[in-house]
Amino acid sequence: MKHLSRDSRHPVSFELNGRVVEGFSEPRMLLCDFLRHEIGATGTHVGCEHGVCGACTILIDGKASRSCLMLAVQADGTEIHTIEGLTRPDGSFGILQQAFHENFALQCGFCTPGILMSLSEFLKDNPDPSVEEIKVALSGNICRCTGYTEIINACLDAAAALRASKAEAV
Amino acid sequence: MKPAPFDYVRVENVDEAVDLLAEHGDDARLIAGGQSLMPMLNMRLVRPELLIDISHLDELKKIEKTNGNISIGAGVTQGVLATWNDLETELPLVARALPNVGHFQTRNRGTVCGSICHADPSSELPLCLALLEGEIELRSKRGSRMIKAAEFQKGVLTTDRAADELAVSVRFPVTTNGKSFAFTEFNHRHGDFAVVALAASRQGKRISLAVGGVTDKPEVRQWEGLEGSAIADALNDFAWELGGSDDIHATAQHRRQLIRHLGYKAIEETAQ
Repeated sequence: MKHLSRDSRHPVSFELNGRVVEGFSEPRMLLCDFLRHEIGATGTHVGCEHGVCGACTILIDGKASRSCLMLAVQADGTEIHTIEGLTRPDGSFGILQQAFHENFALQCGFCTPGILMSLSEFLKDNPDPSVEEIKVALSGNICRCTGYTEIINACLDAAAALRASKAEAV
Repeated sequence: MKPAPFDYVRVENVDEAVDLLAEHGDDARLIAGGQSLMPMLNMRLVRPELLIDISHLDELKKIEKTNGNISIGAGVTQGVLATWNDLETELPLVARALPNVGHFQTRNRGTVCGSICHADPSSELPLCLALLEGEIELRSKRGSRMIKAAEFQKGVLTTDRAADELAVSVRFPVTTNGKSFAFTEFNHRHGDFAVVALAASRQGKRISLAVGGVTDKPEVRQWEGLEGSAIADALNDFAWELGGSDDIHATAQHRRQLIRHLGYKAIEETAQ
């Protein structure tokens, strides 16, 4: 049994976008806050902090999840992917990012990291989605700028580009 | 919007968890998927002294067929159940309800047992368990007990679970031949809490309807040999009996109308 006391900070380590990172966390610290303030990975945005808006969505062991609804200490030993991992090693946009850029699928950009991470799991399972399927998948991410039309178009473009490239990762 | 301080324990097995519950009682909270508990912690609606994490326990991650039931362990997520190969044949009602439970991102972590123990009045899985007359298996240091869904859910976010008990599994009775189901709900956005959720079944002349989101817990009614205009009359009686109340999402009248309209559609669907 591992007992972590509220009064101290405890070591937490996981693989973030293929690189092992380490930090310290109180038991009550949310995973999103750990990523931003302890690791400095500020690409993940924090919106509502109760799982509704979807801005903080990241991949935990390959599954899109709300990082505001998980404790940092629970993430110890997991494999995490965030928006920073979608960029190619040379710094250029990945397929999803490129499709969003070309379709003007963001305005203020606050919700975008969560949407891209949601879609990166969604497109893995549904390489050729219908508009209706995309709408259902996006229902867990709130965007107040775009009206979603451009986001849906970007997702369709990204899906087509992924199929054409036969790439694994988005 | 950050949780108040608490100690955190990652237990190695269920026995350790029930020992801790026996020791700490109401001061402790169990966390599996955390998709209902974490928002309450963040908003400080609950302030436990101790959080007991059972999310990683393999012994709780089983989906098993036992004595005509599908037993779903406390660690099984809604996402895992949704992709279980036998779901459509064994639990067709649950297969229809699951896509309405939150979003795929919350189903990836949220558990079936957690949703049932959270006991939100508009929640889909407690509604299915009520209609199917399923059971919950509770374990404590004092022993184990099975309790029927109808006796388990007491009211808004309130169940019969004692402070020292852990719900280790829920049991959904396997569908029998010739029984048909329908599930429908009304909400303002896909994945939101349902304003009204309805589950219906039909076997021969027997029709059952469960309604969530109108009173403080799922309400189930059964009728024999209901046909034609008698269905609408029975639904109207049911709607008035439940009453409902006004809130920011809908009026009581709107809720009663949803029971009449969607209830009729659901019952019709079971006849197809």
